[in-house]
Amino acid sequence: MNRDREKMVTFTNGWSIDLDRVPTFTLDAFEWAILDAVDQGKRVVALFGVPTGQPEVTTLYVILAQDQENYLNAARTQIEGDRFPSLTPRCPQVHLFEREIAEQFGLVPGGHPWLKPVRSHRSWTGRDAWDRSPDQPILPGVSDFYRLGGDVHEVAVGPVHAGIIEPGHFRFQCHGEQVFHLEIALGYQHRGVEQAMRGGPHPRSIHYAETLAGDSTVAHATSYCQVIESLSHCQKTARAQTLRGVSLELERLANHVGDLGALANDVGFLPTASFCGRIRGDILNMTALLCGSRFGRGMIRPGGVGFDVDQARVTALLRQLDAAEKDAAVAVDLLWETPSVMSRFEGIGPLPRQVALDLGIVGPAARASGLSRDVRQDQPCGVFRFAHIPVSVYDTGDVFARAYIRWLEILQSMRFIRENLRAIPAGACQVPVGPLTPNGLVVALNEGWRGEVCHVAITDETGRFARYKIVDPSFHNWSALAYALRDQQISDFPLCNKSFNLSYCGHDL
Amino acid sequence: MFKMIAARLKQGHRTMKYPGGPAPETSDRFRGRPSIAATGCPEGCRACAGACPTGAVSVTDRVRIDLGKCLFCADCASACPAQVITFTQDHRLAVRNRQDLCLEQGQTGVPLAAALEPKLLSLFGRSLKLRQVSAGGCNACEADVNVLNTVGWDLGRFGIQFVASPRHADGLLITGPVTRNMELALEKTYAATPEPKIVIALGACAISGGPYLDHSQANNGATALLPVDLFIPGCPPHPLTILDGLLRLTGRITD
Repeated sequence: MNRDREKMVTFTNGWSIDLDRVPTFTLDAFEWAILDAVDQGKRVVALFGVPTGQPEVTTLYVILAQDQENYLNAARTQIEGDRFPSLTPRCPQVHLFEREIAEQFGLVPGGHPWLKPVRSHRSWTGRDAWDRSPDQPILPGVSDFYRLGGDVHEVAVGPVHAGIIEPGHFRFQCHGEQVFHLEIALGYQHRGVEQAMRGGPHPRSIHYAETLAGDSTVAHATSYCQVIESLSHCQKTARAQTLRGVSLELERLANHVGDLGALANDVGFLPTASFCGRIRGDILNMTALLCGSRFGRGMIRPGGVGFDVDQARVTALLRQLDAAEKDAAVAVDLLWETPSVMSRFEGIGPLPRQVALDLGIVGPAARASGLSRDVRQDQPCGVFRFAHIPVSVYDTGDVFARAYIRWLEILQSMRFIRENLRAIPAGACQVPVGPLTPNGLVVALNEGWRGEVCHVAITDETGRFARYKIVDPSFHNWSALAYALRDQQISDFPLCNKSFNLSYCGHDL
Repeated sequence: MFKMIAARLKQGHRTMKYPGGPAPETSDRFRGRPSIAATGCPEGCRACAGACPTGAVSVTDRVRIDLGKCLFCADCASACPAQVITFTQDHRLAVRNRQDLCLEQGQTGVPLAAALEPKLLSLFGRSLKLRQVSAGGCNACEADVNVLNTVGWDLGRFGIQFVASPRHADGLLITGPVTRNMELALEKTYAATPEPKIVIALGACAISGGPYLDHSQANNGATALLPVDLFIPGCPPHPLTILDGLLRLTGRITD
C-alpha cells in the first residue's frame, strides 16, 4: 500500500519543480494513490482540473501534504470524456473539490453523493455536468436542498443577511428549535478570479491576490509572491521574510481579537464586544503604520515587501503592541471568568476530531478539535523555518475551544511579533524578480488566520500561468460549520457561524 | 461584576472627538487623494498608465486619474520617473457625481460631496437608516464599515444606523462589483426599500468594478444598475473617508 511514495513526486512548500517531474498515473492508480495517502495520514491540499489542448481531455492534479515529515506530493491523470469515478464516498475530504471540477470542467464524478454546483457559473469547457442548456439561467441557491419532510420544517436565510456581512444562503431543516441539518449554498461572491489569473502574471495579479479575501490580504499575497519568487528563482532577503512574518501575524491578531469580540456580542456580553472591536482597530492601525493600509495592501510584493521599517517605526510598533496586549488581556479574560458567557460557549457546536479529520478541516477550527495542524509548523516557509510558533491545540471542538484557541494564538503571535521586530536582519527589503520558468509547478502554502491558504501555479511553455488554483481555508471549512450545527438550536447559529468566521469571497473566488 | 467595572475603567472613554475635534491620526504612509503636479511629465511618457492595474490612469494631453477605479496602490507613483504623481494624506474623497471622481493634472482636489437636496435632507439629515448589501468584492469594505459601529467611531451618534431589513431602510450602501450572482438579490433589496431612498456606492468595486473591472462574472459596479447618490472611493476606503462622505451627505460637514 505504499505505491504513492515510490511514484508521486515529492517536494516542499514554496519550491518549484519541472512539470515533467509530476508523474501521470492511470485513473485507477491516481485514485488509489489518493486513498492510500489519506489512509497514511496525508491530507488533500488541492484536487483540480487543468484544461488540455483537446476539449475532450482534462488533466486532474492532486496535491497531498505529509504534515509529520513536512513534504508535499503531487500526481496527475488524464480524464477522457465527461466522467470519472467519484472518490468522495471513500474519501469525504475531496467532496467539494469534485463538485468544483464538475462545475468548472463539466466532468461528472460518478457516484458523488451530493453533486451540486459550488459557485453557480457556466463551465469553462462548454460541457455541463448537469446537462443544463446554454440559454437556461444559472442562479445561485436555486436548486434542490436536502429535505427531511414530515413535521420537519425549513428555514431559509440569505443571501442578504441582517448584518454587514457577505452573501450566502443557509437552509436549515428544523423541528422547533432543533436543527437536524444545515445546507449552505454559496457562489454569490463569484467574480472569476481563477480564470482571470490565467495568462498572468500581469499588473492586476497581485491585486487579485490581495482581494481574494480582504481580511486575509497578507496571507494570500504572500502565497502569490512565493509562487512568483519560486518560479523566477528569486532569493528574497531574510529582512523581507521577517517583515512578511510580522505582517502575517498582525493580520492574525487583528482578526482573532475581532472574532473574540464578535463572539462576545453573539452571546450578548457587551463589555468584551465593545473593547475588542476597538482593540482590533488599534491592531489594524499597526498594519497601516507598516504600509499605509489597514489591511496590508501594498505590503507584500514579489521579491520581498513594499515597505521597510526603521528603528523609530519599530519602536512605535512595539509600543502599540504593548498597549494592545494589555487592553486585550483585560477584555478577553472577562470572557473566561463570566459564567453566563462560558455556559453559552461550552458544548455548543461541537466538531468531533474524527469528523474534522475526515472532512480535511484546517486552521483554528481543526486545532480546536484536537488536530495539530498548522502550516507554520508542518510545511514551514519564509521566516517560519527559523522562528517557530508553538501550535495551540484544544480538544473539545466546541465554540469555547474555537474561542480559546484564538486567545492562545493571540498570545503566541504577540510574542512572535515582539521577538522578530527586535531582531530584524539587515538587508534590502525587496529584490528584483525575473521572468517565470516555463513548464513549472509550485505550491505555496501559508497559515492565514483562518487556516491553510493554498496557491498552486502551473506555467506554460512561455512562462505564463496555464492554471492558477487557489484554495482558501474556507473552502475546506464550510462543511465543518454545517456539521457543527447538527442537533443544535437554530438560535445558536450566529454563535456557531462566528466561531468559524469563514470567508464567502475566499470560497467563491 | 467588579471585574467588569474594573475593566470598563481600565479601557476608558474611547469615542473620538471628530468631527467636533481633530480627526484621528492616519499612518504617515496612508495613501489618500493622489496629486498630479501640473508640469514635469517627460515627453511621451506613459509609465503611470502602463503600471495601473485597473486603467484608472490615462495620459492624453495631460494625466488623469479616475478615483472611482483607483485601488490607491500607488503603482503609478512608483512608475513615474519625475514624481509627478504623489499620494497625499487627504482622506476626503466622497463625491455626488461619478464624473467628479476624475482628477485631472494640476487639479488640487475633487468637488467633495454636497449635502442631500433640502427635501431629502429634512428627512434623512438627522436619521439615516441604511441597509448594507455586499455584492461581490473582498469584504474589506464591509469590515471598515463595521469599524464605524465600534465605540471609537460610534456612528450612531450622528443618527446613522445600519438596519437588518431593507423595509426599515432609507437607502442602500453597496459594496462589491455586483456579481451576476448578486444582481437579483440586489434588485429585490432595492425594490423592498421604501421611497424616497438613496444609494451609496462604497469602494472601487461598487463604483467601477475595481480589480474585477470587465469580468464577465460581474458588473462594473452598482452604477450600471441603480442611480447612485454618493460615491466613496478607495480599496477599501479608510473609515475616516467613509465617515466624511456620510457626514457630508447628511449636511454635517460642509467645508
